[in-house]
Amino acid sequence: MRKVLFESLMRRPLTEAAPATDEEMLAELGGSVERAARRRLGRSLSIREVDAGSCNGCELEIHALNNAFYDLERFGLHFVASPRHADVLLVTGPVTRNMREALERTYHATPDPKWVVAVGDCAVGGGIFSGSYAVIGGVSGVVPVDLHIRGCPPDPIQLLKGLLALLEPT
Amino acid sequence: MPGLIETIKGQKVAEHRPWPRLVVNEDSWRFATSQLSAGQWTLLGLWGDAGAVHMAVLDAAVREIAVVTMPCPDGHFPSVGALHPPAIRLERALRDLYGLEPVGLPDMRPWLDLGFWDVQCPLGHSRDALQPRAPYAFLPVAGESLHQIPVGPVHAGIIEPGHFRFTANGETVVRLEQRLGYVHKGIEALMAGASVDTAARLAGRTSGDSTVAYALAFAHAVEAAMDVEIPPRAVYLRALMAELERLANHFGDIGAICNDASFSLMHAHCGILREKTLRTAQACFGHRLMMDVVVPGGVARDLAANCAGQIAATLDEIRRLFPQLVELYDNTASLQDRTASTGVLRGELARQFGAGGYVGRASGRAFDARKTIGYPPYHRLDFDVPVLETGDVNARVWVRIREVEQSLRLIDQILQHLPTGPIRTTLDPAGEVREGLGLAEAFRGEVLVWARLEDGRLARCHLRDPSWFQWPLLEAAIEGNIVADFPLCNKSFNCSYSGHDL
Repeated sequence: MRKVLFESLMRRPLTEAAPATDEEMLAELGGSVERAARRRLGRSLSIREVDAGSCNGCELEIHALNNAFYDLERFGLHFVASPRHADVLLVTGPVTRNMREALERTYHATPDPKWVVAVGDCAVGGGIFSGSYAVIGGVSGVVPVDLHIRGCPPDPIQLLKGLLALLEPT
Repeated sequence: MPGLIETIKGQKVAEHRPWPRLVVNEDSWRFATSQLSAGQWTLLGLWGDAGAVHMAVLDAAVREIAVVTMPCPDGHFPSVGALHPPAIRLERALRDLYGLEPVGLPDMRPWLDLGFWDVQCPLGHSRDALQPRAPYAFLPVAGESLHQIPVGPVHAGIIEPGHFRFTANGETVVRLEQRLGYVHKGIEALMAGASVDTAARLAGRTSGDSTVAYALAFAHAVEAAMDVEIPPRAVYLRALMAELERLANHFGDIGAICNDASFSLMHAHCGILREKTLRTAQACFGHRLMMDVVVPGGVARDLAANCAGQIAATLDEIRRLFPQLVELYDNTASLQDRTASTGVLRGELARQFGAGGYVGRASGRAFDARKTIGYPPYHRLDFDVPVLETGDVNARVWVRIREVEQSLRLIDQILQHLPTGPIRTTLDPAGEVREGLGLAEAFRGEVLVWARLEDGRLARCHLRDPSWFQWPLLEAAIEGNIVADFPLCNKSFNCSYSGHDL
């Protein structure tokens, strides 16, 4: 173990430079996020991820945000285990009928002020799964959404851009 | 030794490829069930159709597969699950989706229909759902000093939703009962009537972590049905993607299992290897998970220029870094203390359920669709299927480690023998009915796809995730372990929720 740790000390970090935030995403957020709420939270957000019906592709890329290359925590963003600790709900998937109640209850368990970020093409409008008897459609059909991050799945840089937009001063 | 097919009495369906499908009467259906319960054959899948049930069976001794179909015009059939427990959840799901009654099924509770759909039996004679529904009855528990811990569907980590009901005596789990179906998206209903292209995209989104394997199994089924051969270069490119997908997932799993034993150093380093693999995939195939690249007829895009060199460089790096991590895993006593002898899955159960992937192979079941059944190009490539006997978390880690090494060997050979030429054949939409069965070895086990095409469109498609035969075994493996070891055991199985729920 010492060898692995020692090598890590000698090596340059793998972490990528922070991406510029996405103008389009900032514009979408502009109306929904109030200055006061941002002041209260500062540049630190706790995120609760909710899979509301995803194929698990989005989860893989959200996981990747925590690896050494993207290192989400350096921006004050971190994932928490309970909606009660969260400022942001990161919701994936077309919302299935079987997950609707769980998503609603997770939303209500999250204290205000809070934001909902819908991740992936399915979360926007149901994507390829829309029209199914088992699917409601996009996340905004169940809970109010502040920001959409598109992609199938969005790669970690796209996710990072979207999340950093939440922290940008308006 | 008589082959599988000769022993089943039934009428062979001409348009079914590459393995036979036999339409049988009740006696032959019961005979097949008895062969399964006697351990002669392995259940590969069981699914519904309009007025009929199908099961796919494997005779591992002679490496033969057959689909057995029993028409059930009266809406019922003799339950396979009554004699062969691995079929129970499949029959519960079939009942929810088709409304066909498995007579004698020991567990008649719904499985995928959690009571939130507007329709009942959406794939059969659908009818409006009756409201309200009685609450789901978990299995009763009786005894002193027992308490229950309900977990999910929303879990603490970044994982898929499902409900786990633990009954514990102090720290010790005496029973785990799973309740799944939360991410049921109705994929099979969406596929009915869909074009081959749309259906391929749906297949690739059944379980995102196995998108290549699903697309491959689907392509195998469609190509078998249409009786087309694809260009050799496409065959090799598919295998290259399948092995890159296996590498990425195994790196992710090995790290995550160690992380669940609070050893985050392994997680951090395995995460780097996973990321490097995904970036290589992005550079070579234009998508980190390689979605929608494997298509019926071949592959949608060729390897980008200079990519063979880039893949070789990534492999070199893995070969340099991975052995250090293996050594770290092997030499860290505190980590071994958590993984060795934890979550033991007995070999008999793995064989009875036909558990594939590392779950089966860590418990002595040497099945790998690439080897046991074989499909191109693997019959031309040299690789081993690592098998261990102890069946604990540690064995499931070691099977993955050994499979990483085998995938590296395979990619070397694929790059070395990569043929030149076209990468896609056009599929002629045939007018008549065509049927095909396809298998592909995903990182967690074999994916089975059955497809019936009519006028070049999908009339019926069934996708069976390896997790169907692994989830129930997790319930068995956790028994007698402490609650705190559940995440570790669960991660070592890493079953798919989305692939199972469909």
